[in-house]
Amino acid sequence: MSKVEMTVNGRTVSAEVEDRTLLVNFLRENLNLTGTHVGCDTSQCGACVVHVDGKAVKSCTMLAAQASGSEITTIEGLAAGGELHPVQAAFREHHGLQCGFCTPGMIMAATDMINRYGGKLDEKTVRAELDGNICRCTGYHNIVKAILAAAEEMSGSAKVAAE
Amino acid sequence: MGIEGIGARVARKEDKRFITGKGRYTDDMSVPGMKHAAFVRSPHAHAVIKGIDTSEAKKMPGVIGVLAGAEMKTDGIGSLICGWMIHSKDGSPMNMGDWRPLAETKVRYVGDAVAIVVADTKAQARDAAEAVKVDYEVLPAVTSAVDALKPGAPQIHDNAPGNQIYDWEIGDLDAVDKAIASAAHVTTLDIVNNRLVPNAMEPRAALGVYDEAEDHYTCWTTSQNPHVARLVMSAFYNVAPENKLRVIAPDVGGGFGSKIYIYPEEITCLWASKKTGVPVKWVADRTESFLTDAHGRDHVTTIKMAFDADNKITALKADTIANLGAYMSLFSSVVPTYLHAILYSGQYVIPAIHCNMRTAYTNTVPVDAYRGAGRPETTYALERVVETAARELGVSPAELRRKNFIREWPYQTPVILQYDSGDYEASLDAAMKAADYDGFPERKAEAESRGKKRGIGMSCYIEACGIAPSQAIGSLGAGVGLWESAEIRVNAVGTVEILTGSHSHGQGHETTFAQLVSDRFGVPIDSVSVVHGDTDKVQMGMGTYGSRSGPVGMSAVVKALDKVEKKAKMIAAHLLEADESDIVIENGQVKVAGTDKALGWHEVALNAYTAHNLPADMEPGLKETAFFDPANFSFPAGCHICEVEVDPDTGKVEIVQFVASDDFGNIINPMIVEGQVHGGLAQGIGQALLENASYDPETGQLLTASYMDYTMPRADDLPSYHVSNTVTPSPLNPLGIKGCGEAGAIGSPPALINAITDAIGNNNLNMPATPQRVWAAINAA
Repeated sequence: MSKVEMTVNGRTVSAEVEDRTLLVNFLRENLNLTGTHVGCDTSQCGACVVHVDGKAVKSCTMLAAQASGSEITTIEGLAAGGELHPVQAAFREHHGLQCGFCTPGMIMAATDMINRYGGKLDEKTVRAELDGNICRCTGYHNIVKAILAAAEEMSGSAKVAAE
Repeated sequence: MGIEGIGARVARKEDKRFITGKGRYTDDMSVPGMKHAAFVRSPHAHAVIKGIDTSEAKKMPGVIGVLAGAEMKTDGIGSLICGWMIHSKDGSPMNMGDWRPLAETKVRYVGDAVAIVVADTKAQARDAAEAVKVDYEVLPAVTSAVDALKPGAPQIHDNAPGNQIYDWEIGDLDAVDKAIASAAHVTTLDIVNNRLVPNAMEPRAALGVYDEAEDHYTCWTTSQNPHVARLVMSAFYNVAPENKLRVIAPDVGGGFGSKIYIYPEEITCLWASKKTGVPVKWVADRTESFLTDAHGRDHVTTIKMAFDADNKITALKADTIANLGAYMSLFSSVVPTYLHAILYSGQYVIPAIHCNMRTAYTNTVPVDAYRGAGRPETTYALERVVETAARELGVSPAELRRKNFIREWPYQTPVILQYDSGDYEASLDAAMKAADYDGFPERKAEAESRGKKRGIGMSCYIEACGIAPSQAIGSLGAGVGLWESAEIRVNAVGTVEILTGSHSHGQGHETTFAQLVSDRFGVPIDSVSVVHGDTDKVQMGMGTYGSRSGPVGMSAVVKALDKVEKKAKMIAAHLLEADESDIVIENGQVKVAGTDKALGWHEVALNAYTAHNLPADMEPGLKETAFFDPANFSFPAGCHICEVEVDPDTGKVEIVQFVASDDFGNIINPMIVEGQVHGGLAQGIGQALLENASYDPETGQLLTASYMDYTMPRADDLPSYHVSNTVTPSPLNPLGIKGCGEAGAIGSPPALINAITDAIGNNNLNMPATPQRVWAAINAA
């Protein structure tokens, strides 16, 4: 058994878990944060993407013990103060989701992507960057649109904040 | 239309929970005392079970129970069935082999379930499943349907000699053979329609809860049709009578057909819950999904198309062998027959058509309906043979199609179907314009200057949606009716609940169904709730597949709304002392036309429930139910044009343009319809370029059983699409809807392969057109 302690969506949590417990299982089963999904078990589909210390990580690929001491943000913690995050809002506005199962991972990966590129994204880059996230419903067309729109919105507001 | 009514591009009501991580999928459900299941599965494609030893497994940590098939049989749990009877051309019924939820004597594919282990945690259940010892006597296996039908092939089911399930035909063989014999030109093509795995992103799952005090079962499951699941589990599998079984399909993460069927796992979880006395949850991992979700396609076809001297089609003949896997899944028998063969007229006037269909058992996962179900297979064969014929005849593929288009509706084909309405030339013209078809030679020349081979291909498809009417499909062998139900409950404050037997697993019903109410009564969609997916809440329904939620499910809603509207108008007429015929409902107001006399919608609703002042003899309340059984299928159609560039050095195909012009009849929410097309196109392009369920022919092992082996289309494999619509409303339902769910997956594969073969100048190319295959075809040309 391992003792793990981490900050999840701003709240400090700790537990004794089996050594083999994956971060995704810890989030889903111990913390009941079921927005993070398991879609493939082989780190291919990205339904389980969360942010670990500010970076997108496939939580099915990381042991809970490895994440001990980290700061985790899940899809449940992305919206601040009841306001949707711009990426969440863009996915709704541009119909970037259908069944919703891949959506939390897509949104977490997209947020990380926009942050890394400082909002400077084009369609080709977005498509290449989405290589680790599989969607079976949308054909990606509207996901790409949503991410580009969110990137523009976020870089626009970043500029305003900088000024 | 109002701003939230029919035709409005409204953002989805259901999105908020999905984008904030608050969706509720089966694996998110938890009940007190819940334990976890793992299945013991056959590692062999074909073997006799000589013994099952569960003693070690039962001693493992956390294990509550290990149960095998013999016990299940003793408890009277029934075998899985196929719900559509097909008779061979000699009149004999199809050979349905016995499919036990847990195999007792023989396993017939890798993944066949043998036992269930229930333990405190999922990990413990898996550990213990590995400790179950099954003594197998391994038999030779066969994975291809063509091989399975050859003499001497391994015999899979005792009651299916030579592994044949049925040998069925439709159409006039004599007329077709005569037309071919006297034709000016005959084009023949051998086609393989590659086997696919549906791959809904949410793996299948089930949570079975037995309540001993009430002798009642609840099953949460990943189903496209929870009512059918309850019906089948009650009537055929003897799990429990319907009134003692509640099936709930909460948020479901995609289906594409694979979640229509009732699988061994949900039956076994319910039974195991009673046996062990604890709620039992099972969630498939991805490899388990590959090994047990019904696969799709897997046809081998020879198709012939005959022409007269004027290039008019005179006959079509298709001869197909279809692989149905190790057992007959719920609707497997109808996919190659009444969802496939009777579509062979396509968009064309073809005086004589004949299709022969042989289906076979193999040692592979059962095959059933996957997005399009039979219709993509027809369209692929038909649209490739038309394009090939155009090349052989030296005429434009567009003009050859145009010359043969059906131009009058309703149109009776020689193979049962009567098309409702259409304008195929309008779709073709719109697609050619959007694709700048005429400008292609210039683009080809430019690509050549860069060392790239550029090609263009099209397909003009027809689909059949909303399978109906119940009486007719019953006469063709269906075990169910295919109507839909709806109930409209207007609450006392004027808010509205729609209860529907349709089930949304991505299609956006919570929005589009609400738009119907908004359109009718002028209430905002936020005041309308859609209730679905729970057999305790909705009395009966047939679920969602084959684009039936629009033409059938929404039509039931419209019928119920008609009744509500009539009663509301009667109440308003009474209160406003006006004639019922003068009452109109506009923008949430119930008015006397041409006057300022009006009541708010909510006032009429309140009056219905206070019942203080209703017309004489009127019952209180404002709630109505309707069932809708359409008079016929609806027939969406369209034209897809694809343009590709091929790198001759590597064989890599790049889609430079994809245009879809579709006629879905009237559209409720264009944003959602476009999304359906995008998703369908991605699956069709996936089939054409990337996806293939590949078996080792000797051992019967599925070689592509994870996302590291099976090539799912990813964002950088796909283009952005140009989609548009032409509209000919269906006369068969009150909304004029035709359906849009499968079109993308039906139309795109032949358009893409026609484009690639055009580019490389070699028509001998099978799907998926991987770089290796394309490179080989270029170099063989």
